[in-house]
Amino acid sequence: MELASKKSTNTSKTKVHSFWKTAKNQKILYLMSLPFVAWVFVFNYLPVWGWTMAFQNFRPGNAIWEQEWVGFEHFIALFQDERFFLALRNTLAMSFLGLLFGFTIPIIFAILLNEVRHSIFKRVTQTVTYLPHFVSWVVVAGIVTKMLSTDGGIVNDLLMGIGIIDEPFQFMAQEKWFWGIVTVSDIWKEMGWNAIIFLAAIAGLDPQLYEAAKVDGAGRFRQIWHITLPGIRPTILVVLILNIGHLIQIGFEKQMLLGNPLVVDYAEVLELYALNYGIGLGQFSYGTAIGIFNSVVSIFLLFLANGIFKKYSNQSVM
Amino acid sequence: MAKKSLNQLSYKDYLFDIINYSFLIVVIIVTLYPFLNVLAISLNDSTDTIRGGIYLWPREFTFNNYMEIMKYDNLVTGFFNSVLRTVIGTVLGVFIQAMVAFTLSRTDFQGRRFVSTAIVLTMYFSGGLIPGYMLIRDLGLINSFWVYILPGLVSAFNIIIIRSFMDSLPFSLQESAKMDGASDFTIFYRIILPLCKPVLATIALFVAVGQWNQWFDTYLYNSMNENLTTLQYELMKILENTTMGGSQDANLMRPNEGEQANMVSPQSIKMAITMVTVIPIILVYPFVQRYFIQGMTLGAVKQ
Repeated sequence: MELASKKSTNTSKTKVHSFWKTAKNQKILYLMSLPFVAWVFVFNYLPVWGWTMAFQNFRPGNAIWEQEWVGFEHFIALFQDERFFLALRNTLAMSFLGLLFGFTIPIIFAILLNEVRHSIFKRVTQTVTYLPHFVSWVVVAGIVTKMLSTDGGIVNDLLMGIGIIDEPFQFMAQEKWFWGIVTVSDIWKEMGWNAIIFLAAIAGLDPQLYEAAKVDGAGRFRQIWHITLPGIRPTILVVLILNIGHLIQIGFEKQMLLGNPLVVDYAEVLELYALNYGIGLGQFSYGTAIGIFNSVVSIFLLFLANGIFKKYSNQSVM
Repeated sequence: MAKKSLNQLSYKDYLFDIINYSFLIVVIIVTLYPFLNVLAISLNDSTDTIRGGIYLWPREFTFNNYMEIMKYDNLVTGFFNSVLRTVIGTVLGVFIQAMVAFTLSRTDFQGRRFVSTAIVLTMYFSGGLIPGYMLIRDLGLINSFWVYILPGLVSAFNIIIIRSFMDSLPFSLQESAKMDGASDFTIFYRIILPLCKPVLATIALFVAVGQWNQWFDTYLYNSMNENLTTLQYELMKILENTTMGGSQDANLMRPNEGEQANMVSPQSIKMAITMVTVIPIILVYPFVQRYFIQGMTLGAVKQ
């Protein structure tokens, strides 16, 4: 008994000893990585501490013990603000639309592109449709505004040419159109890029399966339905998981750049609301409270999506 | 095989092909037309553009709009800052991310779990807009060029992609170098880094495009300092001023002192600046295309 305990302290001693010995041997590896752990600690972990601001009447320049703590006051104020509910509605609506179309359309596009036998045409289509991904939202917002504009915008010119409308329609000034415009712009920018992964998955399918289906007399739609889609099912699930994870970053770039005072009731998402109050008006505590609420909504959405997902696929994201 | 199946095409298959090709051609047109339209307007005489009807080709060809935007100090400064942040941010970022990825690919590294967890966790949460802003403020990075470089330098996503590539390299390469007395850093720098060229090219492209396209940090942190402006931010300001498409605000930009303010409509200016921000991307695009498809596939599979 005594012997055994002695032995165990001995091994723990040598364990500690060997830890430092290995650490010394690997000091260069530590030097190559630990500074950057410190880095993410400062830039990624430290801001989380800033959440305490939401429970204070934060005054910049005061030390933490000098701040006035107010509990949930800012959150209560939040739930009494009408604008807040508008922002919440807009955030939910646009993230839902983004997930629904931003996920399904690239799959359809990849399948259709895969049905193209002409390899040059296929490559050209790919090259062209990847391009908008590399262009900034500033440029895309400018392009969308130009295309929908009332003087010389192609959309209005076409609609008038066909005779659907008699005079230019102010798309960017319509509240009801804003969510749609954001969703369509997003699809225009990312459809080709998001299809890459599905194209790669389809390319990995066994061509013999298609041959066999053809022998059995299956047409193109049946081949797509019975071979392509089930074949890329794992990929679809992985991408769905990733997209659901991205619900956390709803983003505000599109809304900020495409929005304008006329449509603000439909364009203001939670993060923009936080930006306007928190930095624009200097109400740091209130802005942080909005930010925290935004994170809570995101996590709620993630769980909700995961629940639905689990119900239909018996697989879990988390 | 392809020929045989072509011969077997039924009328339904023909119909499918016709609809499919037409659809994809529409997609190509919808994607390309806006760029061509912007290019045409930027190369068309500004007064003539107001008459409308410029679609794919300039009616009165001129480089005037481009000459005009070069007269604006902010745009020139912005251009140089954008180039600078892209170059510095990419070189520094890719090197650091590769270095961290290297330590994580070393299964014998005892700090691996800790480093890996600390970095990967950053992908799943963020302090949010306001706390992030306060941090940058407290660090004294407001009104500084380094706010463009430092905050995003250690990207968890990129590190994971590079690391999964390094994992596929045989470990024996490192062992023999170790026998010869090479240090871990030498192994990384001389042996691993050169072998990682394909994945590093992909990451470099992602980082560079991200840097070039970024405008929000300028807006948030450096909008008071004209010397630190970036091209995207200048473009954003101009677009914001004319979001309503129809407005023709002539006093949009103040030309330099001593320069004659030519009557160039904001629309033509906007289009010319848009082209200046897009052209560098279009120029490098064909050369890097094969890399990013590799990287994209690799990254998604490894997730």
